[in-house]
Amino acid sequence: MSLLAVLEPGGDGATALYIVAFSLFIIGVRRGTHPTTAKQGNLIAAGGMAVAVATTLLLDGIGNWGLIALGLGVGTAVGVIASIRVQMTEMPQMVALYNGVGGGAVALIAWSEIRHGISLGHEIPLDELIPVLFAAVVGSVSFWGSNIAFAKLQDLIPTKPLAVPGQQVINALLLIGIVAACVNIAVNNGDPSQAIFIGILIAAAVLGNLVVLPIGGADMPVVISLLNAFTGLSAAAAGFALDNVALIVAGTLVGSSGTILTMEMATAMNRSVGNVLFAGFGGAPSGGGGAAEERPHTSIGAQDAAIKLAYADSVVVVPGYGLAVAQAQHAIKEVGDELEKRGVTVNYAIHPVAGRMPGHMNVLLAEADVPYEQLREMEEINPEMPRTDVAVVVGANDVTNPAAKNDPDSPIAGMPIIEVSEAQQVIVIKRSLSPGFAGIDNDLFYEPNTSMLFADAKQAAADIASEIQQL
Amino acid sequence: MSLMTEITIFVLAAFVGFEVISKVPTTLHTPLMSQTNAIHGIVMLGGLIVVGYADDSLEYVIGTIAIAFGAINIVGGFMVTDRMLGMFSRKPKPKADADGKGGGP
Repeated sequence: MSLLAVLEPGGDGATALYIVAFSLFIIGVRRGTHPTTAKQGNLIAAGGMAVAVATTLLLDGIGNWGLIALGLGVGTAVGVIASIRVQMTEMPQMVALYNGVGGGAVALIAWSEIRHGISLGHEIPLDELIPVLFAAVVGSVSFWGSNIAFAKLQDLIPTKPLAVPGQQVINALLLIGIVAACVNIAVNNGDPSQAIFIGILIAAAVLGNLVVLPIGGADMPVVISLLNAFTGLSAAAAGFALDNVALIVAGTLVGSSGTILTMEMATAMNRSVGNVLFAGFGGAPSGGGGAAEERPHTSIGAQDAAIKLAYADSVVVVPGYGLAVAQAQHAIKEVGDELEKRGVTVNYAIHPVAGRMPGHMNVLLAEADVPYEQLREMEEINPEMPRTDVAVVVGANDVTNPAAKNDPDSPIAGMPIIEVSEAQQVIVIKRSLSPGFAGIDNDLFYEPNTSMLFADAKQAAADIASEIQQL
Repeated sequence: MSLMTEITIFVLAAFVGFEVISKVPTTLHTPLMSQTNAIHGIVMLGGLIVVGYADDSLEYVIGTIAIAFGAINIVGGFMVTDRMLGMFSRKPKPKADADGKGGGP
């Protein structure tokens, strides 16, 4: 026996170590429930991964070390460089890309499992074949869907919904074709056609593209969460196929997380997941919309804004995707610091779907050193709005539109909003009066207590901060 | 492992997952996503097993790519999560220092 005890594949030793690994994942995620323990939790989960990988490398008969080292080396290098270089504003596309490679890995593993079955020439038992086919389809859909989401978030392709005529029908046909091909493989289990399997991978790839292409930028929080859930489930399916408990539990954990986030994001937009995926919402310029009529509004400069803010008792900042685009998080924090020096209470109201992924705004503000106690959730801050002297809207639009509450015919009717119009005064920092993602005019801009500050968010915030200093 | 054992594990894991993850505050949803992405990198085990026992060239290629994809997920995911969580846990220290200097003797 060598110094390193070699583990029998599927044996008790290996399974015990896999159980240790998934326990560490659960403890790690559990620690992630509070900002002060989350960093430690992440290390614990990473430790679990180290156990899982080491266990697999110690399995009896594992060979081809050169290729394993190559894959590990390339992947590690890419992962390290990407995680160091990525900016916090780019987190949504980073997560989309990670989702994609995860789904891609699952699809590839499924493919090789099928090949293995074919080359051995014996029947793959159904309780293995079905998870393999599921993993192949969902993995391929996630890979391509995530890549499209990445390309949209990175502005490589237009973020506007790209509608393909009759695409619901095409999607349905693709799905029927995929299911039929899967049944064909299951029926010809003894000698399945590899060509048909590759056809399944390709059809799933096309489906992934077609499902995500028509979805607009502001719906990305739902899409990214859903793809996260998909990749998780595909990993769990791979676990069923490989008889590996670590994969089943870890994949299910990721699947639960993605599912919870998907439901929360859809609730925060008052739309069903199906509506987000298939309605082609937003982007399409609403012909008769507000663009035609010029409605009266109040416009102010940085100096007036500074005075309003400096003499307030309480200020609430409402950030949106525009904050990320303008990279204005540090400048906004400077305004907050100046106000706090003067004894003004500053809070940040975060709408669940502000930005392009769940928690996007929180990460940006945390990067700018805003203490997490000041990051307030929508339900928590709304009752305080009437007692707020000034609400500052930075790069947010639809999530503040009072039409969601007041106009039952509005496309966003019923969507929970941050009720800034309840505040004594509102300052909206925005480049123009242009409508937001939903393609509708924001009534907030024309309310008597609203002042518009037309500028780039970063520049405006920097100007306001220096004006406050001079007061 | 029998199919029913595996389904039992799956269902229990789903309950645990929902229970634990519904307690994660919205503030930490982005790090949660990148961390679960990293955990999803566990599929790399499948790649290791494929390559480790492979004996045809296409399987070598497929498996090596799967390992690389999984490693990107694991290493990139945990590292970027660590970076983000560092921002959340560093609390209002700089401000406390500034206050200390201002108000100190």
